[in-house]
Amino acid sequence: MLVITCVKQVPDTTQVRVDPVTGTLIRDGVPFIINPYDTHALEEGLRLKEKYGFRTVVISMGPPNTEVTLKKAIALGADEAVLLSDRAFGGADTLATSQVLSEAIKKLGEKEEVAIVICGRQTIDGDTAQVGPGIATRLGYSQLTLVDSIESVDLKAKKIRVRRKLEGRHEIVEAKLPAMIAVLKEINSLRYPTVPMRLMAEDSKATLWDNKIMGLQETTIGLKGSATQVRKIFSPQRASGEIIGEGLKDPKEVSRLLIDRLMEKHVLSL
Amino acid sequence: MFIYISTIIFAVAILLFCWSCYKRFRLLMLGKSVDRFKDFGPRLKNVIFYVFGQRCTVNHGYRFGWNHLVLFWSFMFLLIANTEFLFEGLFPDSVSFSMLPVSLYILIEIASVLALLAVCIAMLRRLAFPPSYIEARSMDAFVILGLIALLMVAFFGLHASEIAKGELEATFMPVSNFVASTLFSDVKQETLNDYIEAFWWLHAIVLLAFLNYLPYSKHMHILTGIPNVFFKSLTKVNTQIREDFKKGNVFGVGQINLFTWKDLMDSYSCTECGRCSDNCPATNTGKSLNPRLVIHDIKANLLKNGPFFDNKKAPVLPLIGKGGEGSVSEEVLWSCTTCGACMEVCPVSIEHVPKIVDMRRNLVEMNAKMPGELLTFFESMEQRSNPWGIVPSDRVKWATDITVKPFEAGKTEYLFYVGCFGAFDARSRKVSLAISKILDAGGISWGILGKDELCCGDSMRRLGNEFVFDRMTKDNIKILTDKGIKKIITQCPHCFNTLKNDYRQYGLELEVIHHTELINNLIKAGKLPLNVNGADLGNVVIHDSCYLGRYNGLYDVPREVISSVTGRAATEMDRCLEKSFCCGAGGGRMWMEEEGKRINVTRVEEALKKDPKTVCVSCPYCLTMFEDGLKSTKADDKVQVLDVAEIVSMGLK
Ligand SMILES: Cc1cc2nc3c(=O)[nH]c(=O)nc-3n(C[C@H](O)[C@H](O)[C@H](O)COP(=O)(O)OP(=O)(O)OC[C@H]3O[C@@H](n4cnc5c(N)ncnc54)[C@H](O)[C@@H]3O)c2cc1C
Ligand code: SF4
Ligand code: SF4
Repeated sequence: MLVITCVKQVPDTTQVRVDPVTGTLIRDGVPFIINPYDTHALEEGLRLKEKYGFRTVVISMGPPNTEVTLKKAIALGADEAVLLSDRAFGGADTLATSQVLSEAIKKLGEKEEVAIVICGRQTIDGDTAQVGPGIATRLGYSQLTLVDSIESVDLKAKKIRVRRKLEGRHEIVEAKLPAMIAVLKEINSLRYPTVPMRLMAEDSKATLWDNKIMGLQETTIGLKGSATQVRKIFSPQRASGEIIGEGLKDPKEVSRLLIDRLMEKHVLSL
Repeated sequence: MFIYISTIIFAVAILLFCWSCYKRFRLLMLGKSVDRFKDFGPRLKNVIFYVFGQRCTVNHGYRFGWNHLVLFWSFMFLLIANTEFLFEGLFPDSVSFSMLPVSLYILIEIASVLALLAVCIAMLRRLAFPPSYIEARSMDAFVILGLIALLMVAFFGLHASEIAKGELEATFMPVSNFVASTLFSDVKQETLNDYIEAFWWLHAIVLLAFLNYLPYSKHMHILTGIPNVFFKSLTKVNTQIREDFKKGNVFGVGQINLFTWKDLMDSYSCTECGRCSDNCPATNTGKSLNPRLVIHDIKANLLKNGPFFDNKKAPVLPLIGKGGEGSVSEEVLWSCTTCGACMEVCPVSIEHVPKIVDMRRNLVEMNAKMPGELLTFFESMEQRSNPWGIVPSDRVKWATDITVKPFEAGKTEYLFYVGCFGAFDARSRKVSLAISKILDAGGISWGILGKDELCCGDSMRRLGNEFVFDRMTKDNIKILTDKGIKKIITQCPHCFNTLKNDYRQYGLELEVIHHTELINNLIKAGKLPLNVNGADLGNVVIHDSCYLGRYNGLYDVPREVISSVTGRAATEMDRCLEKSFCCGAGGGRMWMEEEGKRINVTRVEEALKKDPKTVCVSCPYCLTMFEDGLKSTKADDKVQVLDVAEIVSMGLK
């Protein structure tokens, strides 16, 4: 039985600057990292492996240099890594991305039954949080988002119980397997790779699947398969703020003024 | 008959002793190899200095050390007499005391008296003024002291009876002669014969018992102390051995046989004097780490597991475990600040720090076991090459308001290696600015690497993450060599030590200078226009950075600078120079939580006793620790903490 973790290599967005003249992102020299949420997705995959004896496969769609990220996943204990890389996959939006990823999951499922697909909650570059749900919808899997804890997995009954973290409350949900779960950072704390594992990973290789292997229709993938198109990237102008309660000493008074003002502006409501 | 009995008993006892020594020696050989044979000259010098001079025994304010010095030197002379005695026991017909040159008699007599006195003092001290820890009054100590005392009594008894009987020339044996004339003058000749025999056998039994007890007691240092000092590391607080990151290798030390033979010899040599723990900041603030016990546990583990290794079986007692005799707990290992105080004071040159770091390596590299906060730290280091995971482009922010040139090969002389603290930490940025101002005032040609500067990796190495340290070092060396950098000024003693001493292991010889040293040179050469402004700073108390002082011997430099600028000598704390008390941040402790009484608060309280207006430091770690400690003790409104560079920059005309 498989647990498949989807990880994306992203530019370290805190190091990305916007070119003040052209308004585009300066990506030169910006290091790539594993999308922070996905490191937790990977960790959860490894924990499920240790607890229930799954085989853990990591998949990623991205340019060839993504292999570095996948090697790190192997160093941490993943059994296999698949890199989906082809020029034809490039320029994909969430629709096209989830298409390629779900096809890859299907393909993996041909050899071994897939029980759980784990995604991160969202990425730090695209930030849409749509890819996970996209995969679940396409594959007809149970869709469990905002998961902060996996309570139990019952392989016989093919059921999974998770806790979802919603605004101000938690929700315990039971769903049928196979399921896609999108995880929050709180779900676990990360492990650190041991040196022998790192050394082993250095020699390891990710399996490369290009579109020759995947055989997907060009109109469903990459730029052509994308429903959205980028027209312009810009940093929105920040309106200058206002100072409330200047000169007042009593904190209670100031907070009252602040709350009134926020309600006036419909930021808060009763 | 007499002949045969003594020959047999002596031969058996001596063989038994040799067998015990051999067994101990075999266990040593379980250790990994390490080259400690090169540089015979300096090694011999160490032996003369530390063993024959007993430097560490008498130094550092240990008054009873003098007692040991007396005992040690007495033993040196008694060694002659006792070797003679062993031969006499083996070959009673052919060897006798009277064959020794008479000139030695007097020396042996004096040595015996002194030894007897020293032993009595040692016993009294253990009863009346016991050392800081309970085991010092162990049976072991009293048994050995008792045996030595008895040996001396037998010695005088034997020679006095011989003198009384007229068998021995008394001229050069005043004490034995005195005993003979006061105690044995009325004894009959035949009885004297019995006395001689009785004392001879008493001497023999005590000596042979002593000999055979040695390898099983803490007094084994009598045998291993001298070689241990001879083989000691020749670098100050010794630099950790590099690891070879090949597949299949085991990293760090998680099993006793992965230590080097020298590490194991260290464990045999511990005299249990307790100097190390007396000076350890962790022990002193109630942490579970006690360097003496770490060494003791290594020995206990070796003795317990050794035979299993010998038979190619798995060890039975884990080296890193729950604690308890023979096991070192993880908590103990993480408590060390690598301050080196233990190594500085150890009379037999035991090297505690490398062992602790070796065991940390095992935890990190083989088991990924470490306190949670280190995980984030390691990730930040690996991804952003700084402790906080701040964006590397922020490395130049400290210099926003000044003009700083990038280092250019051929044009710039010095690289100013700002360091993570100097670049990112708000408080230390001020020190970076002060250093820049001084460098400009002194007409130094300098530049920086800016956002290309990487962390030197010091904390990674001390925390046992050698794998990442190795990578960071290689990245750094590439940058430094690509840019043609030969001379480096550092702000932080940790960068200083790492670039200077650790990178040397990678074949990179750099001229690294700590800012205090450069400033001192500029002042001495009259290149810094200074106003002497002592009054503003009030009473200046100085704190030594471990990595500048104990690690690199730079004690005078900051002191000289302070007195040049303030016009008077800095005030010393009670624990200063070699015995300085760590601020608590070294060895990666900066990045970890601290339980219980805080080391920095303890040190701040010590400083406050001197009523300072200013505490002067030369390290960004110390700076942070002192400022935090002053806040905790609510003294931050009265006392300021300044780096040497800040004091100088304030005094610039
Ligand atoms: C309007 C718009 C236009 C875009 N145009 C382009 C473009 O022209 N060219 C271009 O290169 N990009 C483009 N992108 C980015 C691209 O759509 C997204 O990066 C990609 O579809 C993934 O979506 P996301 O990053 O929002 O992932 P999310 O939906 O936030 O990610 C959720 C989880 O899905 C998984 N996941 C996401 N992506 C991958 C992946 N590639 N491999 C494996 N797992 C993954 C991870 O587990 C992740 O945590 C565009 C994005 C938007 C919003
Ligand atoms: S290096 Fe310092 S903290 Fe570590 S054991 Fe020695 S004295 Fe204690
Ligand atoms: S390690 Fe050194 S200083 Fe510590 S108790 Fe042993 S001999 Fe003394």
